[in-house]
Amino acid sequence: MSMSEQSVQWYELGPVSSIPLRGSRRVVINDQTIGLFRTATDKVFAIDDQCPHKKGPLSEGIVHDNCVTCPLHNWVISLEDGKAQGADEGCVNTYPVKIEGEQLRIGVALCNKQELATVGD
Amino acid sequence: MKKQSLVVIGNGMAPGRMLEHLIEQNHAFDITIFNAEPRVNYNRLMLSYVLDGNKSYEDIITHTDEWYQQNAITLHKSAPVTDIDTDNKTVCSSNGVSCDYDKLVIATGSSPFVLPLPGKNLDGVLTYRDLDDVETMLSVASESREQSKTLRAVVIGGGLLGLEAAAGLLNQGMLVSVLHLVDTLMEKQLDPSAGWLLAEEFTRRGVDVYTGVQSEAITDNGNGAVAGVQLADGRIIDADLVVMAVGIRPSTALAQQAGINVERGIVVDDHMQTSLADIYALGECAQHNGDVYGLVAPLYVMAKVLADNLIGQPSTYAGSITATRLKVDGVSLYSAGDFSDSPDSEEIVLRDASAGIYKRLVLKDNKIAGAVLYGETSDGPWFFDMLKRGVDISDLRDTLIFGQSFQGGSALNPSEAVAALPDNAEICGCNGICKGTIVAAIDNGSTTLDGVRAVTKASSSCGTCTGLVEQILTFKLGSEYQPAAVTPVCPCTDYGHDDVRRLIRLKSLRSIPEVMQQLQWKTSCGCAKCRPALNYYLVCEYPSDYKDDYQSRFINERAHANIQKDGTYSIVPRMWGGETSSLQLRTIADVVDKYNIPTVKVTGGQRIDMLGIQKEDLIHVWRDLGKAGFVSGHAYAKGLRTVKTCVGTDWCRFGTQDSTGLGIKIEKFMWGSWTPAKVKMAVSGCPRNCAEATCKDVGVICVDSGYEIHFAGAAGLDIKGTEVLGHSDNEDEVIEIIAALLQMYREQGHYLERIYKWARRVGFDEVKAQIMEDTDKREEYFNRFMQSQKVAQIDPWAERVSGTHDHEFNNITPLPVKSEAPLRLVQ
Repeated sequence: MSMSEQSVQWYELGPVSSIPLRGSRRVVINDQTIGLFRTATDKVFAIDDQCPHKKGPLSEGIVHDNCVTCPLHNWVISLEDGKAQGADEGCVNTYPVKIEGEQLRIGVALCNKQELATVGD
Repeated sequence: MKKQSLVVIGNGMAPGRMLEHLIEQNHAFDITIFNAEPRVNYNRLMLSYVLDGNKSYEDIITHTDEWYQQNAITLHKSAPVTDIDTDNKTVCSSNGVSCDYDKLVIATGSSPFVLPLPGKNLDGVLTYRDLDDVETMLSVASESREQSKTLRAVVIGGGLLGLEAAAGLLNQGMLVSVLHLVDTLMEKQLDPSAGWLLAEEFTRRGVDVYTGVQSEAITDNGNGAVAGVQLADGRIIDADLVVMAVGIRPSTALAQQAGINVERGIVVDDHMQTSLADIYALGECAQHNGDVYGLVAPLYVMAKVLADNLIGQPSTYAGSITATRLKVDGVSLYSAGDFSDSPDSEEIVLRDASAGIYKRLVLKDNKIAGAVLYGETSDGPWFFDMLKRGVDISDLRDTLIFGQSFQGGSALNPSEAVAALPDNAEICGCNGICKGTIVAAIDNGSTTLDGVRAVTKASSSCGTCTGLVEQILTFKLGSEYQPAAVTPVCPCTDYGHDDVRRLIRLKSLRSIPEVMQQLQWKTSCGCAKCRPALNYYLVCEYPSDYKDDYQSRFINERAHANIQKDGTYSIVPRMWGGETSSLQLRTIADVVDKYNIPTVKVTGGQRIDMLGIQKEDLIHVWRDLGKAGFVSGHAYAKGLRTVKTCVGTDWCRFGTQDSTGLGIKIEKFMWGSWTPAKVKMAVSGCPRNCAEATCKDVGVICVDSGYEIHFAGAAGLDIKGTEVLGHSDNEDEVIEIIAALLQMYREQGHYLERIYKWARRVGFDEVKAQIMEDTDKREEYFNRFMQSQKVAQIDPWAERVSGTHDHEFNNITPLPVKSEAPLRLVQ
C-alpha cells in the first residue's frame, strides 16, 4: 500500500479470532464494504468486498493459500495485492491491517477534510 | 500536449484485439469506441458453445466494463455511428453522441445475409450472428422442452455457421433439419467426399439433411409466426424456428456514404489504411488485396498490424491463408488452402471406410496447395505449416498423406510428430500462438496445461488445439508430464477423483489436511475445486466421526441459502411431496411482508422460493418460518432437493397408487443426506406421469401391479430419459431400493457428477445388477445409508437460529481509533 501513514484512519475491529481460519468476515466503513480474510497460516488481509468481474461478494468465497475464489464465477483474487490470478484481469483495493496483541486494526484512507475534523475532535 | 483522439467504430473481436495490442505498447491516444450492440466485447467464436449449453454469456466476455474503465477507454454502447464527416474529422451516432477524431478505425464487421424470401419477417425467423440470436434460439429450445411436444428447427445453409447452429439446436433437444442449396455441405471448405461423410454424420445424429434444395418461401401459421419452409419442388418442411445461416456480408454502408472506396469490403492497403488518410478499416468489413476474411485468425493479424501502424511502427499485412475447423463435438474436420481441381494440380487421397477417415492433399508444383481432413485431423497443422511456408514435398511424397509421425519410419508416437514441428508452426490458430512460444513458456516453468494457457493464451479460445498443447508438454517434459488420461481433481493434484476416494479408504485418511499431506497436494491448502470435493468424500466415508469442514463448503452450503447475483439470498422451505396448507401459505405471506422480500416464485420442484433476502435477515426469516414447522428445503445443497408428486389415488380418477403419500415418505426418509451433486426425485401416480418422473435422478411410476423404479434421467444442460431400475410391489421395498441406489451413488460418484453421468460411467447394467439382483449387496448399501442418515437429519435452519455459526450472518463493527487520528486539521 503506497498510501502514507498520515492520510490513514485506523479502526479497531475486535479480536482476530472472530474471523475463522480459512474464513472471512465483513466490515462496513464509510459505506464501503470490506472483506477481512484470515488464511490457514493465520495471516489477515483486508480487501474491498467486490470482485472486479461482476461485483461478487468476495467475503463469501473459499479462502485458500493467500487467495479467495469469488462465489459467483470462480475468479481467484490474491489477498496480498488484490489482483485477479491467471488469465483474468482486474484488481481490487487492499487495506493495511495491524494486529496488536489479539486486536485487529484496519487502516482506511481519509477522503476529505470534513472527516478529518470529525475524527480529530 | 493534447493527446490524439482515436475513434473506433465497432466493438467486435478484431478491434478488441487491436486495443489489447495498443495497451501493451503504452499507446498515447484518447480512445473512444462506438458499439451498436448494447454490451461489452465478447468472443463471438464461442457462441456455438453458448448455444449448445456448454458456456454462458458471462463465460465468453473478453473485456468487462471495468476493463474499459481501467484502461481509460470510453465505450458508448447501443450507439451505432450514423455519419462520418471526413472534412471536419468527426463522427456522430444515432443517439446523438459526436466525437472528433485524429485517427479513425472502421470495424463495422459484417451482417448476416437474409434471403429475400416471402415470409422472412415472420416471428421465429432469425439469423445466427450475435448473442441476441442465440438467446432467441435458446428460449425457443427451452419452450420445446417445457411443452410435451418437440419443436422443429430448420436451418437454411449448410456451411460452417449453419452446421454449428444445427448441432447446438439438436443438443438443446429440438428436431433439426438443414437445407443446403448445393450438393456438398460446407462446399467452400470441403470437397464432395468429405462433405458426404459430414452429411452422414449429421444424419446419424438425427438431423435431416437436405442438399441441393432451394428454399422458396417461409410459410405462415396464421398468427404471424413461422409454420414451415417451402422448397422449390413443392415440399414443405415443418418448422417452429427458422435460422438463416447463408453467409455474411461486409458492413460497408457507413464507409461508402463517407466517400471511402468500397468494393466487396472497405478497400485497405497493406497498412490497413482506407482510400482516405487517417481512416483505417479492420476485420470482416475490410477488403485486402481482393480478399475479405470471415475467420478470426486473419482478423487478429490485421489487428496487430494496425496497432503497430497507429503507434508509428510501420508494419504490413500480407494477406492470410486460412484453415478451418468445425466446432461440433465429436466431428473432426480440418480444411486449409485451395483444393479445387485444376489442370495443373495433383492429389493424394487416403480413405479408411471402417474408421470413417478421409484425407486429401492437393499439390501444385510439388507444394501443398490445399488439405481436407475428415475423421482424423491431427496432421492438419503440419500440412498447413508446409502449405504456408511453400515447402517442396518431393522427398516426402510417397508417405506424405500418412502424416508427420510416419516420416522417417519412426514409431507412430504423436508427441514425436509435434517434436518435429518447427518453432514457427502455428499451434493455436485463434490466438496465433506458435510452437516456439509454448516451448518457451514450458522452459520458463509452465509445466501444466493450465500454466501454458495462463502464460500464452494457447488453447484458451476455441480449445480445439488442447491436444497439441498437451503433446508439446509431453515432448518437453517426458514422463514428468502426465497427459491426463485421468483428469485430475484440480490443478492442486495429479490424482483423479477415483484415486483420491480409493486412497482415502485404503490409507484411512480422516481429514482434509491429512489427505493433502499423504497424497502430496501441490498447494498448501487446496483450492475452491478440491476442498469441497475432499470434504464430501470424507463426510461420506466417515459419517459419524468426521467433523464437517465448514470452510470447505461453498457459500450456499455455509449460508444454507442460495446466493444471488447481487449478494442477496433466496430460500426455499421444504413442502413435503409438494403438498402445502393454508397455515404454511399464510406464514410465508407474513414473512414476505415482514421482511420486504421482493420476489416470491413457485419453483419447478413444487415449492416456494423467496428471493432477494438480505443476509442479516436470514436468521430472522428462518425463525419465523420454523415456528410454523418449516425446515430447510436444501435448495442449495449437493443433496436431496425435492420429491415431486402428482395427487394419485386420493383424487385422480386415473391414479393407481398413493403417489403423494409415497413421495412424502421418500422425502422424509432421504432428506439431509449429502450426495456428490444435487438429487431430484418424483413419484407419478400412473403412467401418464404428471410428476415428470422419467427425467429425474430417481423417479417412481405407479402402476396397477405396484411401482416401477427409474433412475439416471436428466433435464438440465443435458436431456435424458430415465433407465428402468426395476419393479416392486410394496412401498417399503421401493424405499429400500432407492436408498441403496443413492448410497451406491454416494460412494462412487465424483463430486459434482450427477446420477446419470455416474451411472453411464459405471454402466447402467452394473447398477441394476448390484441393486436389483444382488440382494446382499443392496442390504449393505441400505444399512450404510441408514447409518449415515442417523446423524444427517438435523434442520440446518433451526440449528442456526439457535446460534450455530452466527459469525456467518453478522458483520464486524468498526471503532475508530482516536489516539492514532492522523492530522489535526480542526480549526
